[in-house]
Amino acid sequence: MADTTMITDRDERDARAVAQAKETRVPTVVVDDVHIIYKVHGASAGKGSATSALSRLISRKRSPAITEVHAVRGISFTAYKGEAVGLIGSNGSGKSTMLSAIAGLLPTAKGAIYTNGQPSLLGVNAALMDDLTGERNVVLGCLAMGMSPAQVKERYQDIVDFSGINEKGQFINLPMRTYSSGMAARLRFSIAAAKTHDVLLIDEALSTGDQAFQRRSEDRIRELRKEAGTVFLVSHNNNAIRDTCERTIWIETGKLIMDGPTDEVVGMYERGERP
Amino acid sequence: MSTVSEPINLSLPGGVDTGLSQKQLAEKYGLTVSGKRPGLFAYTKQLWGRRHFIVAFATARLVAQYTTAKMGQLWQVVTPLLNCAVFYLVFGLILKGNSVPKYIAWLCIGVFIFQFIQSAIQSGTRAISDNLGLIRALHFPRACMPVAFTVIQLQQLLISMVVLVVIVLANGLYPALTWLELIPALALLCFFNTGLALIMARIGSKTSDISQLMPFVLRTWMYLSGVMYSIQDRVQNWPGIVQKLADVNPASVYMDLIRHAMAPSIYSKADYPDNYQHLTPHVWALAVGWAVVAFAVGYVFFWKSEEEYGRG
Repeated sequence: MADTTMITDRDERDARAVAQAKETRVPTVVVDDVHIIYKVHGASAGKGSATSALSRLISRKRSPAITEVHAVRGISFTAYKGEAVGLIGSNGSGKSTMLSAIAGLLPTAKGAIYTNGQPSLLGVNAALMDDLTGERNVVLGCLAMGMSPAQVKERYQDIVDFSGINEKGQFINLPMRTYSSGMAARLRFSIAAAKTHDVLLIDEALSTGDQAFQRRSEDRIRELRKEAGTVFLVSHNNNAIRDTCERTIWIETGKLIMDGPTDEVVGMYERGERP
Repeated sequence: MSTVSEPINLSLPGGVDTGLSQKQLAEKYGLTVSGKRPGLFAYTKQLWGRRHFIVAFATARLVAQYTTAKMGQLWQVVTPLLNCAVFYLVFGLILKGNSVPKYIAWLCIGVFIFQFIQSAIQSGTRAISDNLGLIRALHFPRACMPVAFTVIQLQQLLISMVVLVVIVLANGLYPALTWLELIPALALLCFFNTGLALIMARIGSKTSDISQLMPFVLRTWMYLSGVMYSIQDRVQNWPGIVQKLADVNPASVYMDLIRHAMAPSIYSKADYPDNYQHLTPHVWALAVGWAVVAFAVGYVFFWKSEEEYGRG
């Protein structure tokens, strides 16, 4: 049965990861006791009126509408070359915040994050330019990532083919605002995956694509890992985590609950147990 | 199933690195703090590496800007022309207070050049906030954004310049050697504008209130710079300090340079003994000075906050 071979494959993979942990590995992401505090503007109820704004200006007080959210509370871990690490946890547990911080897009309130090179974050909300065609977005995205025009020309067709945007007609020549959310996410992933990243952070970006695309992306993630990169994957789809990651970190209310081989951690998470 | 009995920590370093603290590990393998701002030199190198991106982005934006308008990019020419028409109606025909020779050429050059400065400031203010999606999705030196917007304005100005040449010729002014001065003058103006756009981009990314205030600041600046009338004639009876300020005003400096390049006779006593205009002394030195100061200050000011754009 194909299913059982898959499971033994995974067991072997996890066992290999455990064995490798005893050897010298090259770290790519070091998260050292990180705390992240969001300042949310305009959070408190009402009082956005002109008079209250004026009195605030006069009394030189900080806006009372700023609420602090302690999203990550002292998380530490190290990720190594060639690893694919899954991040799981309930909604609002701090997974996406953690990824943004690794990407260097959020400042840490305490602690530090060290990375090898510049990590790239790939999220569902990361819009490119909606009023431009898919074609322009591919070219611009590649140039922004630092490719030369010659490299872009070379990779262009691969990116379009990988995204599968043209499977149902010449969508690549239409503005991105006409794309469905799944199509847009596919194109974004294809652009970001065109380059070899030292550290690639994927935030729920694969869940919007269809089955065929998800398979292609999982293959691409495996390739990226072979090219000596580290991949982080945030997903609520536990099977996607099981298929792609050999290591999983479980975060809850901003704290690290468990960090270990995927089957162990996801198993505990699904059964609702705590270590 | 793997056994839970022997817990293994995949996070701890193994082999020769066993026992290293996280900080020591990061140091040993040369890891850097994520999202740290590069040095000024390295930043400039990165920015230069993205030059193709800047040009491609500017071109794409320029095309996209008018996609929803039926007349398309024709608006690039029509908008400044309509502006000139309005000012001509008010200041040339209704108020009639102008003694400037070749008034139509004078006015149009002023309007087009001030428009260039004004749009650089306005688009600079929105450069970061309008492109948060791109900034949060991909990593590139953020200065690409304000610089690209200045390139867009430059492309628009070059189109306007063609229109301007037609207007100037129609106003009875003929090409002369001084037209060559346009090249260095516009180059300096570009540096000045890029500097302004960079400064405004950083301010605009922090305080969105500024975009509400800018139209008033810009309108005041426009009226103080003598776009549609000669400011020199107006401040003659004011204290010396005001006259000096009017002279060094960068908008006036660049407008004067370009007016002098395209229509030198306006500044010639021989041609117009009664109403010729005075060229500000040391106008080239002032133009170079403003360009260098604005660009250097803007570039460093923007870079200082590089790691904070798009955060929070």
